[in-house]
Amino acid sequence: MAGHAGRSAGTATSAPRVSTEPLAVRCVLIGLALAFLFLFLIAPVVMVFSQALGKGVAAYLAAVTDPEAMAALRLTLIVAAIVVPINLIFGLAAAWAITKFRFPGKNLLITLIDLPFAISPVVSGLIFVLLFGARGLAGPWLEAAGWKVIFAVPGIVISTLFVTAPFIARELIPLMQAQGAEEEEAAMILGASGWQTFWRVTLPKIKWGLLYGVILCNARAMGEFGAVSVVSGHIRGITNTLPLHVEILYNEYNFTGAFAVSSLLALLALVTLIAKSLVEWRSNHNPPDRREKR
Amino acid sequence: MRSRFLWLAMAVVLLLTAGCAAKPTTPGTATGPVELLNVSYDPTREFYQAFNAAFAAHYEAKTGRKVTVKQSHGGSGKQARSVIDGLEADVVTLALAYDIDAIAGAGLLPADWQKRLASNSAPYTSTIVFLVRKGNPKAIKDWDDLIKPGVSVITPNPKTSGGARWNYLAAWGYALRKYGNDEAKAKAFVGQLLKNVPVLDSGARASTTTFVERQIGDVLISWENEAFLALNELGKDQFEIVVPSVSILAEPPVAVVDKVAAKRHTTEVAQAYLDYLYTEAGQELAARFYFRPRMESVAAKYAPAFPQVELFTVDELFGGWQQAQQTHFNDGGTFDQIYQPGQ
Repeated sequence: MAGHAGRSAGTATSAPRVSTEPLAVRCVLIGLALAFLFLFLIAPVVMVFSQALGKGVAAYLAAVTDPEAMAALRLTLIVAAIVVPINLIFGLAAAWAITKFRFPGKNLLITLIDLPFAISPVVSGLIFVLLFGARGLAGPWLEAAGWKVIFAVPGIVISTLFVTAPFIARELIPLMQAQGAEEEEAAMILGASGWQTFWRVTLPKIKWGLLYGVILCNARAMGEFGAVSVVSGHIRGITNTLPLHVEILYNEYNFTGAFAVSSLLALLALVTLIAKSLVEWRSNHNPPDRREKR
Repeated sequence: MRSRFLWLAMAVVLLLTAGCAAKPTTPGTATGPVELLNVSYDPTREFYQAFNAAFAAHYEAKTGRKVTVKQSHGGSGKQARSVIDGLEADVVTLALAYDIDAIAGAGLLPADWQKRLASNSAPYTSTIVFLVRKGNPKAIKDWDDLIKPGVSVITPNPKTSGGARWNYLAAWGYALRKYGNDEAKAKAFVGQLLKNVPVLDSGARASTTTFVERQIGDVLISWENEAFLALNELGKDQFEIVVPSVSILAEPPVAVVDKVAAKRHTTEVAQAYLDYLYTEAGQELAARFYFRPRMESVAAKYAPAFPQVELFTVDELFGGWQQAQQTHFNDGGTFDQIYQPGQ
């Protein structure tokens, strides 16, 4: 009864309060969440930065501007710059195909998109070694053509592509399914071309979900370790990405360097998270379905 | 309109980056700057960092050609696997001959590669020693102490690590001597030792980190140079080196990978690189990073740094690496028979 009364009272105010739990329960829940957040998220990040700066700013700068660290940073950014746009196009195409058309094998396609999530990244890397390695299926052919894939940048890009492929599609499919195809159909009936429908109707509806997917995909592309580790060959200054470089420094007892480079990764992640928060904030303020609430 | 421009810009960026990425690294021409890739095993990181700089200076002074040597490090077996799978190493400097044999088996260099350079193609040697915590609380003196109950031993996985295979054979060789060449007793001895191993890392360096950083285990079976490095890098007040009564003479070999070097036109500089390991300057550097030098004069100079220990070779006790690998480390070998994880 109390719950019912509370809810009906809440609807009258602008910010409805649906919580009816006693104060103690709320405090415990909030406390637990905060403690967890602090122990497992904030403390490690603070640790990274304090270790990185443990031997002073000069040591930090020296570690970060080391040519091998810079090469790793450049490679990581290049990989993300290639992988994210390709997965953007793939994700859009896949989500579009799945939500707007009916065709046989649709469920299979949905399952296949999830495949990289299900496979261990190390196995994903090995798949490409078996495919493109010198003794792999396409190896002799690639060698004859003079192309290096495994233990070179293309291999790193391909395995990262594989690992990050589901992110954007997975973000878009439920969104587009919930939105349905009515507005697109209306646009078509009113004489819009396919492109016009996409740019003027679909894209505005999904843009925040799309951006969110891009951000997640980017975060993973920059942070991927397992699959990249298998196909990289670990050549310093050439095929080491930032996560791999961190491991190398750590294994060489260069803890300041390892944490300094980790802090670069953490900074990239922070930028990504801030971008994500901005996107969420803006999407809350511009609900994509606002036109339905006339 | 603006978003269409965005798409276009993204496509351009994509094409540009793809173009950059796909561009193959230019193979060394006869006179221009040249790049070597040395694929090596774990504990040589610090040594080759110093050696590469010395070689680059030497080579440029001699020929006027700039050379940069890139490094890749990992467990020896894993590195050999990568080279077989297409990692373009001009030279390999691995932990044991068997791993280079495997590369030769893939047709990348001739089977008799080990005869091409002096001293079995091993310009420096090393051995296997123990690293224990300061004060040696478990009183570890020799191999016998490693099989006592309650002693936790750290060693890497012989399937992936070259160092671990030396460790394994060193223990086996000790037991053979102790029990008058009784293979069954040696097997029981090593089996007992492996029961004391809580974790098998994939490479020597990972094991060192486990022992030193994660503080797991009472004793680390380690390359001599790796033990000295841990001591110097992480404090003599924390660890001690214990030299067993008898150990194995580890000969980490080096070789030019003919096929790769020919393709990248680096044969000549790769050869010069390995030859430089045998010069006095190269030997000095090796000794300074705690690899035992081959050259008599340098060995004499650094003799005080290396503990005296009776050493046996793989050829003496195990009939060479091919046979040792066959008996002990291939699928179904003695290691598979005696190692049961989690027991």
